[in-house]
Amino acid sequence: MIPELGHFALIIAFAIAIVQSVVPIIGAAKNDTALISMARPTALAQFLFVGISYAALTHAFIVHDFSVQYVANHSNLVQPLIYRISGVWGSHEGSLLLWALILAAWTVAVAVYSRNLPEILMARVLAVMGMISTGFLAFMLFTSNPFTRIFPAPLDGNELNPLLQDPGLAIHPPMLYMGYVGFSVAFAFAVAALLGGKLDATWARWSRPWTTIAWSFLTLGIALGSWWAYNELGWGGWWFWDPVENASFMPWLVGTALIHSLASTEKRGVFKSWTVLLAITAFSLSLFGTFIVRSGVLVSVHAFATDPTRGVFILGFLIVVVGGSLALYAWRSASVVSYGRFTWFSRESALLLNNIIFLTAAGAVFVGTMYPLVIDAFGAGKISVGRPYFDTMFSLISIPLLLLLGIGPVVRWKGDNWSRIAKNVSIMLIASLVIGLLLPFFIEDQLNIATGLGLAGALFVALTTLKDLLSRMRQSARIPLAYAGMIMAHFGVAVFVAGVTVTVSYDVEKDLRMEPGSSYDIAGYEFRFQGTRKVKGENYIADEAVIEVWSDGEKTGELFPQKRVYSGKDNPMTDASIDKTFFRDLYAAIGEELEDGAWSMRVYYKPLVRWIWLGSLLMTIGGVLAVSDRRYRQAVTSRSRQGDDKASVMTSA
Amino acid sequence: MNKRSRRKVLIFGIVFGVSIATVLALTAFEENLLYFYSPTDVKAGKAPDSHAFRVGGLVVDGSVMREPDSLTVQFDVTDNEETMTVKYTGILPDLFREGQGIVAMGSMNDGGTFVADEVLAKHDENYMPPEVAEALKAAEDLAKQKAAQKAALEAVNQGSK
Repeated sequence: MIPELGHFALIIAFAIAIVQSVVPIIGAAKNDTALISMARPTALAQFLFVGISYAALTHAFIVHDFSVQYVANHSNLVQPLIYRISGVWGSHEGSLLLWALILAAWTVAVAVYSRNLPEILMARVLAVMGMISTGFLAFMLFTSNPFTRIFPAPLDGNELNPLLQDPGLAIHPPMLYMGYVGFSVAFAFAVAALLGGKLDATWARWSRPWTTIAWSFLTLGIALGSWWAYNELGWGGWWFWDPVENASFMPWLVGTALIHSLASTEKRGVFKSWTVLLAITAFSLSLFGTFIVRSGVLVSVHAFATDPTRGVFILGFLIVVVGGSLALYAWRSASVVSYGRFTWFSRESALLLNNIIFLTAAGAVFVGTMYPLVIDAFGAGKISVGRPYFDTMFSLISIPLLLLLGIGPVVRWKGDNWSRIAKNVSIMLIASLVIGLLLPFFIEDQLNIATGLGLAGALFVALTTLKDLLSRMRQSARIPLAYAGMIMAHFGVAVFVAGVTVTVSYDVEKDLRMEPGSSYDIAGYEFRFQGTRKVKGENYIADEAVIEVWSDGEKTGELFPQKRVYSGKDNPMTDASIDKTFFRDLYAAIGEELEDGAWSMRVYYKPLVRWIWLGSLLMTIGGVLAVSDRRYRQAVTSRSRQGDDKASVMTSA
Repeated sequence: MNKRSRRKVLIFGIVFGVSIATVLALTAFEENLLYFYSPTDVKAGKAPDSHAFRVGGLVVDGSVMREPDSLTVQFDVTDNEETMTVKYTGILPDLFREGQGIVAMGSMNDGGTFVADEVLAKHDENYMPPEVAEALKAAEDLAKQKAAQKAALEAVNQGSK
C-alpha cells in the first residue's frame, strides 16, 4: 500500500512540477501577478510530494518490503538499518529520486531565502527549476520507476556489496548531488535572466552565494569518495581517473571557474555573457555526470541498446536542457554590453586567466573520458586512456594555475601596477623556488625538478596567501568572512598540492612475499610480520596478519590487515590496515597465503597523504565561510532595491 | 592600449594558450591510448609488439602457476577460441579466480608471453568485464562463421560428387 502511495505522490509531484514550470513563465511574460504568485506555492507543494514519495521508498527499505523490485535488488534482511536507509540511493532509480528531492529542496530554499528578489525574476527562476524537475520526474515515472512491484515477492533480497557498506560511501552520493543540483540554481538564475532579456550583473549577485555553497558540497562529496577509495579498495590510491570520478570532477572544474567568474561579474559587471555560459556548462556537466554514472553507459555503451527508452530519454533531456539554454543564450546575449573597463594587469584579467586554465583542465578530462566511449559507440575498437595522460596534463596545468593563484588575489580591480606588487611577489617566488627545489636534496640527496616545482608552487601559494592575510589584518581588525573564506580555500589548495606532490614523489609501495618472523624495511620503518590468526567478525571470518612496525629500535605501532570472507560470499575481500598520522600513513594489506605460511603482502609508506583531504576540507570550509558573510547578505538586501527598480523598468519597456 | 588592440592581444593570448595546451594534450593522449585485444586478435598478430595494450578473457582452469619464493604468477587467458599466457609479478585482485573474466594491462615479451603490469577483476562477482564479454562473443561468432563456411563447402563438395 505504502509503495503505491509513494508512486502516486510522485505522479502528483510531476503534475505540480508541470504547473510550476509553465504558469509563472506565462505570468512573467504577461506581467500577471496572480500567475506569478503561483511560483512559490507550487514549489513548496512539489517538495512536499517528492518528500512523501521519498519517505515511502525509505519505508519500504526499512520494513524489508521485497515486493518492491528495487528494494529486493538492493537490500536484504541482515543489512544494518543505516545501510538500508542509504540503500535508497544505492542504484539508478533511487538515486534519481534523491536527485529530485534535493532539487525540490533547493527550489524551496531559493523561494524562502531570496525574499528580496523581484517577484518576476523569482517566478522565472522557480519555473526553470520546475522544468528540470519535470524532466527528472518524467524520466523516473516512464523509464525508471523505483516503486515497481514484483510478484511473487522474494523472501530475501540481494546483498549489498560489503565494499559499499561504509559510512563514507553512504554520505558520498548525497553530498555530490547537493553539489550537482546546487549548480541548477545558478543555471536557473542565468536562464531566468536570459528569458527576461536583461542580462545585468544582478543575477550574478543573487546566484553567487548559491553557487559557492553548491561548490562546497561538491568539493566535500568528491573528497569523501576519494577517502573511501583509499580506505576500502585495498590499493592505497586516492584518485584513479576512473570515468565515474571524472564525471564528478568535470562539473567541479567548471564550477570552480564559475565561482571566480561570478566574482568579476558581480563586482565589476564584466564577463557577463561568459559567466552565463559557464553557469549553463557547469549544470549541463552535472546532469551529464549523473546520467552517465547511473545509467550504466560507462560500464558499456551498449547498455543504451539494451534499454533504448532510457538512452533516448537521457539524450533527449540533455539536448533540451543544453540546446535550449544555448539557443536562448545565442538569441539574447548579443545585446549584452559589458560596461566595466579594465587593463591588462588587473584582477579581471587574472580571473579570466583562471577561467581559461580551469576550462582547459575540464576539456582535458572530458577528452580522456569521452573519447573511448565515442570510439566504442562507433564500433572502432575498445580503448582506454591511461593514467599518465591525466597526470601529465594536470602537472602541466598546475604550473600556471599556482603562479596565478599567488599573484591574482593581490592585484587590484580595474588595473594595477606591476611594480606595486612585483617586489613582494618576486621575493616570495624566488624564495619558494629556491626552497622548493632544494627540498628534494634534503629528502633524498638528489635533484627532482618536478617534485621541486610542485613544492615550490605549494609554498608560493601558501606564502602569498598568508602575506595577503597579514597585510589585510594590519589595515583593519575586522576581516570579512567572504575574504577569510577565500584565504582559507586558497590555503587549502597549497596544502592539497603539497600533499599530492609529496605523496606521489616519495611514497614507497612494495608487493612482498613474507614469512612469519621475517621483516622488511621501507622509508626507515621496519615491518615485522609476526604471523596470522583467524578472526571472526559480525558477518565474516578473516585471516588477520599481525605486523609490528619498528622505528629506530622502538616499536611504534601495529597493523592488522585482514582477508575477509563474508557469509554467503565466495570471494575474499581485502581489508587494509592503516597507521595514520599527520605526516605519514603506513599501509598494509595482505594478498593470499603462499606455501609454508608465507603471505603475499602489500606494504606502503605514504607521506603527507592526509594533506590531500585536509586541503579539500579547507577548500570546503572556505566556501562555507564565504557564504556566511553577514555584510554580503546586507549588500544583497540594499542592492536588490535597485534590482527592483531595474526590473520594473524592464517589464514596462 | 585601446579597446580594440587589447581585445586582439587577448584573443591572440587565448588562441596561443589553447594551441599549446592542445598540442601537449594530444601528445600525452596519443602515448597513453591503450587498445584492447582478445587472445584471438593477439594470435592473429593484431596486437602491437612494443606498445602496451590490454588483453582480456577467462582464466583457464588449472593454468595458474606460482613461481616458488617470489610473487610471480603465470596463467592462461582464453576467449574460448585461442589461449595465451600471461605473466604477472605482484598481488592479484581479490576477485581473481580460475574461470573468472579478467583484464590485464602490459605488453608482449620476446617469448610470446604477455607480461602484465596490472591485472584487473571487477568488484562484483556476477560481473564480467564488458570487453571480455564482447571478446568471447566475437570469438564465438567467428567460430560459428567458420563452421558454417566449412559445412557449406562440404555440402558443395558433396554435391559436386
